Amino acid sequence: MPAPASGVAPAADGPITVNGLRIEAIERGEGQPLLFLHPGIGIDAKAPVLDALAAGARLIAPSHPGFGVSELAPSMTTVDDLAYFYLDFMDALDLRDTIVVGVSFGAWIAAEIAVKSTARMSHLVMANAVGIKVGGRETRDIVDVFAIMDPEFNKLAFWDPKIGERDYKSMPEAEVAVVARNRESLGRFAWQPYMHDPKLRGRLHRIRIPTLFLWGKDDCILSEGYGRAFAAEIPDARFELIDKAGHFPHLEQPRLFADRVLAFAAS
Amino acid sequence: MRVYHFTEQAYPPAWENHHGSLRVNLPNRRLDPRIANELFNRYYDEWVIADELGLDVMLNEHHSTATCMSSACIVGLSILARITKRARLLVLGYPLGHRPDPLRCAEELAAVDVISGGRLDMGFVKGVPYEFAPSNQNAVRVMERFWDAHDFIIKAMTSHDEPFNWESEFFHYRHVNLWPRPYQQPHPPVWSTTGSRGNARVLGERGIAMATLGTGYATRPLYDAYREGYIAKRGKPPGADRFAYLGLVAVADSEAEAHRRGKAVSIYLPSSGIVAPEFRNPPGYLSVEDNVRLLRGEARPRTGTRDGRFIDMRTAGVQELIDVGVLFCGTPDQVYDQIVAFAEYCGGMGNLLMMGHAGTMSHADTVDNLTLFSKEVLPRLKEYKQPAAEATVAA
Repeated sequence: MPAPASGVAPAADGPITVNGLRIEAIERGEGQPLLFLHPGIGIDAKAPVLDALAAGARLIAPSHPGFGVSELAPSMTTVDDLAYFYLDFMDALDLRDTIVVGVSFGAWIAAEIAVKSTARMSHLVMANAVGIKVGGRETRDIVDVFAIMDPEFNKLAFWDPKIGERDYKSMPEAEVAVVARNRESLGRFAWQPYMHDPKLRGRLHRIRIPTLFLWGKDDCILSEGYGRAFAAEIPDARFELIDKAGHFPHLEQPRLFADRVLAFAAS
Repeated sequence: MRVYHFTEQAYPPAWENHHGSLRVNLPNRRLDPRIANELFNRYYDEWVIADELGLDVMLNEHHSTATCMSSACIVGLSILARITKRARLLVLGYPLGHRPDPLRCAEELAAVDVISGGRLDMGFVKGVPYEFAPSNQNAVRVMERFWDAHDFIIKAMTSHDEPFNWESEFFHYRHVNLWPRPYQQPHPPVWSTTGSRGNARVLGERGIAMATLGTGYATRPLYDAYREGYIAKRGKPPGADRFAYLGLVAVADSEAEAHRRGKAVSIYLPSSGIVAPEFRNPPGYLSVEDNVRLLRGEARPRTGTRDGRFIDMRTAGVQELIDVGVLFCGTPDQVYDQIVAFAEYCGGMGNLLMMGHAGTMSHADTVDNLTLFSKEVLPRLKEYKQPAAEATVAA
């Protein structure tokens, strides 16, 4: 018998322990819970989108197991494992009517959570989501981010590539370690099958809560067509474009992103 | 000392105009199958000559590359099992990290061992970083998968009374019953490679023969880590036969001719690393700590000379490569002295993996290199008395 989920919610911005794993989490704001699931590049506590979201909800933004400085259980190897972990996480914190927001890899996790249970969810928002196979077997739906260097990645992922630039030599070593750890963990969960779960597409019909797709229009990692095909699998999902943003609209248009999320949750 | 002749079975006609990558993404249109046919057959001819000269032979495997046409080493092993008569057949390495099916590996290797009459040495490696892209195996947790595959293969080779069950995290079989079983009992010797002290210690604990490649006069700490692991498990130090070293070899009657040949064989060093940078470092292959050093531009040199000079092996000249212990080059007397000096520095090194051919070296040049080595150096190396294991550990 697996142990039931157990959790301890500490003071804001401290680690949260769930299933024996210490998870770093940013907690800000009050009101309806909003669980923000970050993309593979991780989450920066200084990102303006966090305060913008916290202005209208109780924001909880954890680093996924294996990302940031969050602990990882060696048995966790798939996004499925992460989804079950977050179901336990929501149980442990007793989150109710949660707005679950995911970007890219985080949106994949969000979808995997929602096909299992939306009991603790009120709304689902997925931005520039990966996670399913859309094209034919010889079509690479998603740019192989493990086979390009940073400058190329920034060019493809951002409307303004400068936003993605990092100078690792001047960054504190702990932050560089997080970059390295995030990359390794993304490989752990998304190397093969690459950035998708072949089973997920056929399960998306189970998501019956209000769902919004936000899509940075200038994303060259994923196509808009991919996003629309993804949205079409979820009953009544809305699809909205965000201008002057690429794969990470929460970073390039943080205010607009937060406004869209909060307006959707209020609707 | 045993000496294995090794060539990477390169396809050098494609080494020009490669636009920065000889591996992974160099279009295979650049290979002319008729030239590949000539090269393959020539390399096998040279291995037969090596066999006749009293050398052992070694081959390896790489993928999607003009540096090594042996993309499925079982093909080469199968051929060599039939066309050689007496040589040990070392595959180093057989990349378990890229293999999805270790049962197939065990079946292939056991059959080669039987056909060759028990001449196989099984060198298992995790695989080089850039080949996780073509194999699509995950570099994250590759060592866990490697050891699971290794343990499975050994179990398959040593279980003889009834089919067994193997349901690990990585591999799932319910009726394993290896036919044929290997010729050597309990199983062919296992070898591996390493570049890290941590892994060297693990290999020592398991008693697996350990080779290092290109480590020059930075080899000793790896051997000592192996010795620590070996002693911890067995209470006695390992013999020199547990250690192997890949060295480039160029021998000739005159020093000048040897240096010309040394330059030819050392083309392996700069060519080996020509791979598009985006494929060099798949996630999980290096530790987080090593990746931090890479991102911050603090990569550490791998090897140096005995007197502490660091040599960039991509640009080094022949004399520098000799100084660093990567190339054994000169007249037969000089080459013998260099190899023995290196073995003494190592505290014992029982297997020289001799790269006797590389790149565009001609057939005549290669045969001359092998012949002179076998006639003038090999007999003396066979007589050479390794440092006593106990004395090495005590020192």
